[in-house]
Amino acid sequence: MSDRAWIATRKGLFELRRDAAGWRLARAHFLGEPVSIMLPGTAARPMIAALNLGHFGVKLHASDDGGEAWREVAAPAYPEQPKDVDGDVPWKLVQVWSLAGQGSRLWAGTLPGGLFRSDDSGASWQLVESLWRRPERREWMGGGYDVPGIHSICLDATDARHMLLGISCGGVWRTRDGGENWTLEGRGMLADYLPPEQAGNLNAQDPHRVVRAPSSPAVLWCQHHCGIWRSADHGENWSRIHAPQSSFGFAVAVHPREPETAWFAPAVSDQRRVPVEAALVVNRTRDGGRSFETLREGLPQHDCYDLIYRHCLQVADDGRTLLMGSTTGNLWASGDGGGTWQCVSGSLPPIHAIAFETAA
Amino acid sequence: MLETIWPHHCRMPRILFTQQLRRFTVTPEVDTPATTLQGALDAAFAANPQLRGYVLDEQGHVRRHVSIFIDGRRLRDRACLAEPLGAESEIYVMQALTGG
Repeated sequence: MSDRAWIATRKGLFELRRDAAGWRLARAHFLGEPVSIMLPGTAARPMIAALNLGHFGVKLHASDDGGEAWREVAAPAYPEQPKDVDGDVPWKLVQVWSLAGQGSRLWAGTLPGGLFRSDDSGASWQLVESLWRRPERREWMGGGYDVPGIHSICLDATDARHMLLGISCGGVWRTRDGGENWTLEGRGMLADYLPPEQAGNLNAQDPHRVVRAPSSPAVLWCQHHCGIWRSADHGENWSRIHAPQSSFGFAVAVHPREPETAWFAPAVSDQRRVPVEAALVVNRTRDGGRSFETLREGLPQHDCYDLIYRHCLQVADDGRTLLMGSTTGNLWASGDGGGTWQCVSGSLPPIHAIAFETAA
Repeated sequence: MLETIWPHHCRMPRILFTQQLRRFTVTPEVDTPATTLQGALDAAFAANPQLRGYVLDEQGHVRRHVSIFIDGRRLRDRACLAEPLGAESEIYVMQALTGG
């Protein structure tokens, strides 16, 4: 695996390097600016960092040399909003919430709910109108934001036409033809924040984060607002899973080669988004959710109020190296699959997202 | 900086931008014969096209956390850029502290 990772925070993009002594902070990019998400580059595409400037809007920057030099590229832009349609969200980019790369192609999931595609390294972006024009899209709701957004883009390395999106709050949507047609999936998910007869409404689910098992693309894991779910059929049907301590949380990571192994970072509940008994833990399953281990060695075990947000628990392609960052600005690393953790920094800005560079 | 030299007896509206923008892009001070705010903004965007996306959103509205002052009056309607300018109008494009 690569010895470099990236930490997107409320006040800049931080570069992390690993040496014999472990992970250490190396450089800050865009210091002072909110970075909502980033995507490390490959030989086929540049690295992308999405800034969310408080006053001046969303800006994307690209680097062809791993962050040595940055250039501003186009930000996704919504088309002109029709004047005769009432009740829709403003067609204005609020935030880039997810980025994914597929060869040279880039995908961006955004608030207020649009998916964009770029085939020219970010020089231009096209709204995926086939999803945006779906009537169900108008029913999506904000989840933690005023407007809905796409936070999870699950590509399938075995079939470039397959993609599954996680939307807060708009459920999980799947395409099998590269984005021409979309189906609303998620049977089995339940939303207890809705009136009882609406609990199973697939279009109103709040999947906080969805990840696909790279080695077994039919398997998907979801940390939902109301618990944990797993699918073994590309997201059509989901089974509920109960984790120790709490099944509430935002983040999930799945092992690169073992689809039954996944990690979660629980918080007490919707109403109290802090670790159970103020002690931070990670729940790990190795058997598809039938059993869990609650891992805590090296993590703060008293007076801890850190929350691990959606994109802030990541596993590297070796399946053993993990990074976890909190809204309080703490960053921890594990080299043994979560068994033990080391604090990398206790004084970062609030952490929005973490990404490992993949080996070249 | 782009500045049009003009005889002093023939004043024109002038548009200026907050220094906060300079860390992202070039902010020209422009004297322009425009008669509306839209015309003055367009003159500045002609000098630096990248500036448009920092001041306006994709619907052509003034960004929520950008404030525009015309002769000391703060623009109220972010969607209406037809605000008339006088021959000696001064336009300041500033950051709004609502944006943090």
